[in-house]
Amino acid sequence: MSEHRSEYRSEARNVARSGANPAMSAGAKSQDSRAPTLAVWKFASCDGCQLTLLDCEDELLSIAGEITIAHFLEASRNVLPGPYDVSLVEGSITTPGDVERIQRVRAESRVLITIGACATAGGIQALRNFGDVEDFRSVVYASPQYIDTLATSTAISAHVPVDFELRGCPIDKRQLLEVIIAYLAGRKPDIPDTSVCTECKRRGLTCVMVADGTPCLGPVTHAGCGAVCPSVRRGCYGCFGPMTGANLPALIPQLHACGMSDGDVDRVFATFNVAAPGFALPEAGA
Amino acid sequence: MSHRSRQLKVSSLARVEGEGALHVVIEDGQVLQADLQIYEPPRFFEAFLRGRQHTEANDITSRICGICPVAYQASAWQAMEDACGVVVDDRIAELRRLLYCGEWISSHSLHIYLLHVPDFLGYPDAITLAKDHRAIVERGLSMKKAGNAILELVGGRAIHPVNPRVGGFYSAPTLADLAPLAAQLRHALDDALATVEWVATFDFPDLELDREFLALRDPARYAIERGELVTSGGLSFPVSEFSEHVVEHQVPHSTALHATLDGAPYLTGPLARYSLNSAQLSPLAREAASAAGLGPTCRNPFRSIVVRAVETAYAIDEALRLIDAYERPSPAWVPVPPRAAVGHGASEAPRGVLYHRYELDADGLIESAVIVPPTSQNQAAIEADVRDVVAGHLDLDDAALTALCEQTIRNYDPCISCSTHFLELTVERR
Repeated sequence: MSEHRSEYRSEARNVARSGANPAMSAGAKSQDSRAPTLAVWKFASCDGCQLTLLDCEDELLSIAGEITIAHFLEASRNVLPGPYDVSLVEGSITTPGDVERIQRVRAESRVLITIGACATAGGIQALRNFGDVEDFRSVVYASPQYIDTLATSTAISAHVPVDFELRGCPIDKRQLLEVIIAYLAGRKPDIPDTSVCTECKRRGLTCVMVADGTPCLGPVTHAGCGAVCPSVRRGCYGCFGPMTGANLPALIPQLHACGMSDGDVDRVFATFNVAAPGFALPEAGA
Repeated sequence: MSHRSRQLKVSSLARVEGEGALHVVIEDGQVLQADLQIYEPPRFFEAFLRGRQHTEANDITSRICGICPVAYQASAWQAMEDACGVVVDDRIAELRRLLYCGEWISSHSLHIYLLHVPDFLGYPDAITLAKDHRAIVERGLSMKKAGNAILELVGGRAIHPVNPRVGGFYSAPTLADLAPLAAQLRHALDDALATVEWVATFDFPDLELDREFLALRDPARYAIERGELVTSGGLSFPVSEFSEHVVEHQVPHSTALHATLDGAPYLTGPLARYSLNSAQLSPLAREAASAAGLGPTCRNPFRSIVVRAVETAYAIDEALRLIDAYERPSPAWVPVPPRAAVGHGASEAPRGVLYHRYELDADGLIESAVIVPPTSQNQAAIEADVRDVVAGHLDLDDAALTALCEQTIRNYDPCISCSTHFLELTVERR
C-alpha cells in the first residue's frame, strides 16, 4: 500500500510539471470505470474557500455528476476511503496534530491542490509568527494550558509537496471551477500569474490610485479576484497575496505619496498573506 | 457487553461549519456526560487585533467565518462607530440591512437544503438527495444564489465582502443596479414560501425545551443588523451591558469558550429570535409561519428548520421592501474620526447574537478586542439538548442514537469555524 501511495505522489508531481494527468484522462477512467474522486480537507481556516465550492450553485450538481465526492465533511457524512484523485486543502498548519494529518492527506492524494491564503501562505493567523504565541494564547483563553497550538501558522507547502496553489482570501469561484475542470480534463489550469492591475484594465476601470489618489496594492497583488475592490472605488488590499516578482520597493513610495504612514504600510501588508515572502517589506521601507 | 454503560463518540461532525466532535457517556440509564468538543484550531483574532487601526477590524474579523462574514463586519462597524460617536444616516443603515438580508438568505438556504434537510429525509448529503429529487435541491441552490446576488451586488463579493467599511460603503449601488436583483428575489420568494410549506411536513420529535432565549430587538422591525438585547425572562439591556450579563468561561474539552447568561445556559439564534420577535415579521412571513403550524413562539429545536425557512422568506420579503424604498446614500460613507473610547456592537448572525467590543486609543489603534460568537453562546444549550435527547431515546441502537445526536447538533447550525464542522460519532458500550 505504501508503495502504491508513493507512486501516486511521484505521479502527481509529474502532473504538476507536465500539466497532463494520465490517471484522470478519459482513457484511464474507462480502464477502471470509476468516476474520479474528490476530497476536501480543512485545517485552520474560516471555511470560506470550501464554501466557494458550494457557492457554485449552477455547476455543483453537474460537477457532482462527473466525480465522486469522497470526503467533504462540510457537505456530507459519507466518507469514502482513499486514495483520492484530487484533494482540495483549505487552511494552514497550526497544531502538532495537523502536522501529522497533512502527511496522511498527501499520502492519500494523487493531486493535492491548496485553496486560499491560509493554505498557500498561512493566512491571517500567521500574524502569530511575528508575535508571541504564549501572549496570544493568554489574551484569548483564561486557561491557556488547555490549548494545544504551534508557535507558527504555516502554508501546506511547508510540510508536503503541493501540485497547485490557488490564491485568494477567499478564492474566486470561477478560478476554482477552472482548476477542477482542468484536472478532470487532464490539462494545466489557466490561472494567470499577473497583477490585479491587468484585470482592472481589462474591466475598463479607472485607476483608483492615479485618478483618486487612493492607495492600492493592485500593482503587486496576484490576479484572480476580478479587481473587485477597484470596481467599488476601493484600493486593492492584497487578498490574493503577492504576484510573482512583486516589486514592493517601487510601490511603497507611491503608497506614501497617497498619504499612508509607515505604520499604515506595515499593516496593509500584514494581513491575510502576511507570511508570503513576496509581501515581506524591504528593510528600508519597514 | 452490557447495556448498562454506553459511550457515543462522534470524532468529526459532518455538515456543520468547522471541526468538532461529540462525546456522550451513559451509565445505568443516566447520561453522565455530553461534551460537544470543539477542536477547531485557535486562530487568536482577539490577540492580533491589538495594534490594528479601527478601520481594519471590519475586514479582519470577516475572516473569522466564511459563512457569516457580514455578521462580523456589521458588529465591527457598529462597535467602531459607537466608540467614535458617529451615527450613519438612514440610507446607509438601510443599505446595510439589505446586505445583511443577503447573508441570511444565503446562509439559511445553505443550512436548510445542504446541511439539515438530508437528516430529515435520510440522505447522507444533498448531492445524493439530488439524485432522487433534483428539483428540490435546485430550488435550494437557487435561493442561495439570490442571497449571494445581494452580497455580490451590495457587498462587492459573496464571501468576505469588500464594499462595506466603517462609516458606510465604498460605493453605493444605483437603483438601476438593484432592479435585476428584485426580479431574482421575487422568484426566490416563491421558492422560500414553498420551502416553508415543505419543511413543515417533516416528522419532528416531540420536544419542548424550557430554555432561556436571548435575541436583539429593534423597536421598528424584526431585528437583524442592530437592536437592544432582550430575553425570554423579561430582561432588556443595551448592547453596552452585554458583558455584565453574559460571561464566557473556558472548558477543557473545547477551543471555543462557553457562555452563560446571568449564570445559566441560554440559547440564541432562530428559535430565540422567532420566539421573542415573531410579531414583527412581515405579514407574508407571519402568514407562512402560521400556515406551517408555528405559534408565536417555538421551543422545539428540531423545528428550527421551519423557523429558518420562515426567516428566509422574511429576509427576501424585507430585501424587496428595501429595494423598493431605496434611496441611494450620497456620499456612500461618513468619516469616522477615531478617539480614545470603548465601543460595543451586536448583530443577529444567522446562528445568533454576535457581540464585539473594542477599546481604542486616541489614534484609533485597537487596545483590546472581545468577540463573542453565537456558537460559543449556544454550546452549553447544545450539550444540554444532546443530554435530553439521549435520555429520552435510550431504546435506540447506537447508530440511530448517534444520528439523532448529530441532527440535534445541526438544529443549531453550529458554526465551529467561528467557535466547529463534522461530528464523527463512534459508539462504545461497556
